[in-house]
Amino acid sequence: MIDATIKMSSKNLNFYYGKFHALHDISFDIYQKQVTALIGPSGCGKSTFLRCLNRMNDLIPISRVDGNILLDNEDIYSPKIDVVLLRRRVGMVFQKPNPFPKSIFENVAYGMRVNGIKNKSVISSRVEHSLKQSALWDEVKDRLYESALGLSGGQQQRLCIARALAVDPEVLLMDEPASALDPIATQKIEELIAQLKESFTIIIVTHNMQQAARVSDVTAFFYMGKLIEINNTDMLFTRPALQQTEDYITGRFG
Amino acid sequence: MNTLLVMNSRFADIKEQTFNAIDNEGTCRMEKIVFPNNRLKKMIQTIFFSLFRCAATINALALFIVVYFMAANGLTAINWTFLTQPPTDAMTKGGIFPCIIGTLCLSLGAILIAFPVGVASAIYLSEYARPGKILRMIRLGINNLAGVPSVVFGLFGLAFFVVWMKLGVSILSGSLTLAAMSLPVIIGSTEEALRAVPETYREASLGLGATKWQTIYRVVLPAALPGILTGGILGISRAAGETAPIMFTAAVFYTPSLPTSPFDEIMALPYHIYVLATAGTEIEATRHLQYGTAIVLIALVLGMNIAAIIYRAKLRKKMS
Repeated sequence: MIDATIKMSSKNLNFYYGKFHALHDISFDIYQKQVTALIGPSGCGKSTFLRCLNRMNDLIPISRVDGNILLDNEDIYSPKIDVVLLRRRVGMVFQKPNPFPKSIFENVAYGMRVNGIKNKSVISSRVEHSLKQSALWDEVKDRLYESALGLSGGQQQRLCIARALAVDPEVLLMDEPASALDPIATQKIEELIAQLKESFTIIIVTHNMQQAARVSDVTAFFYMGKLIEINNTDMLFTRPALQQTEDYITGRFG
Repeated sequence: MNTLLVMNSRFADIKEQTFNAIDNEGTCRMEKIVFPNNRLKKMIQTIFFSLFRCAATINALALFIVVYFMAANGLTAINWTFLTQPPTDAMTKGGIFPCIIGTLCLSLGAILIAFPVGVASAIYLSEYARPGKILRMIRLGINNLAGVPSVVFGLFGLAFFVVWMKLGVSILSGSLTLAAMSLPVIIGSTEEALRAVPETYREASLGLGATKWQTIYRVVLPAALPGILTGGILGISRAAGETAPIMFTAAVFYTPSLPTSPFDEIMALPYHIYVLATAGTEIEATRHLQYGTAIVLIALVLGMNIAAIIYRAKLRKKMS
């Protein structure tokens, strides 16, 4: 494996929706400032796993978690953890672009405002910085105070990335961030991911194996709620250890 | 299947392969079926749509007839004096100014009381409360409240607000009664508006480290506001036209003075119509006054509704 600091790690994680056992004994490490891709067919648990990493699954009343997830060696499911703070440290970008029905500026400023930042110049300089980081600044700098809903789908998704970056997260979770976008917008998002990994730890769920191969350093293959294989992306795609992985990445099923 | 095969081979014998659609294995042949012509189904469609159009037209017609009937009978009564002066000559002449003010006061009071309580209840029910027995009981209570006849609300208001809470026959008692009556509507429409806010907004907000309350206050409520306001105002304006809830709690037969505090009794449009039409000194002679008052009441209620609709359209435009 790659020689790097472990940022998050999953230890024997089991997850249940009611009686349905959605994740079985998931254990692996996520390295700092690397892109980890989670691949696998629909319903394999990769998105569920992603949502365990910032406790977004807490919102589902019948769900239950067993095992641990560590962030900087601290169990995020321990009762001492402040979930609100956790979600600021572990940001999330969703499958469909979901900007708030507010102005472009307010969308990016939102995370700072809810986390108690009141200084206007701090907010506006950070808004600009985040929009530059997400490669959207040049397209929106003249209409920051117009509604975010007027942007194209690809722009909206980059706005959502800027919004997530504005609260200084350490880890960025991306749940199929390009699946609702056209190829050109997808390419922009992928280029963005390559830049963002300089500063953030990124975990991305994707249905698109070429995308996983292009953007990630480590790839984890999930199937039926189990982690089947995890390896450096180059290795996993060229010399998968298991037949099942090979069948999936060569398109024989899934 | 066998007969088909036999047929296939027979057809093949007489060299009509092009006519027969035989699949790869040659085991099945599509039979040509004759479809009936389309005239019948089109006729059925025409009949049903005509019926639906009739139903819709009758609705619109009903409103038109009501308005026409009142305009024909009451428009002559409406003039500047009618709108700005109190009644005179034992309410056979003069205007209805105190009634307009009274109804406006009651509606405003009802809005001020029912809106915060209703919206707060709806937020609790749809955003915080965990599904279970208690939630079901509360919902059952609210739904039943919506079915209680308005006169029962009037009697409840008399017993509870006027007598027990010693508020007397006053704007406050009347507003509280109207508020109680419109609460189920406000709660219902607010819950519906909250449910219509996409779950993705909540996820995005929580994902940025916002608390549940910040999410509701900063994202969910603003997005639901147009729906909440219209639902609420429609509920209040419905209540504002009611006679029964205010006749024991707020409205009086006649008062020469305009209200100066929430504890004053007032005249109100619906009750004024009721009084003129049933208990006035000269019921027949004041017919045009009754209709005139009714026109003003309808205009007031419609005005509130239209204002709500315009405001909603504005908010929606601002958001998209």
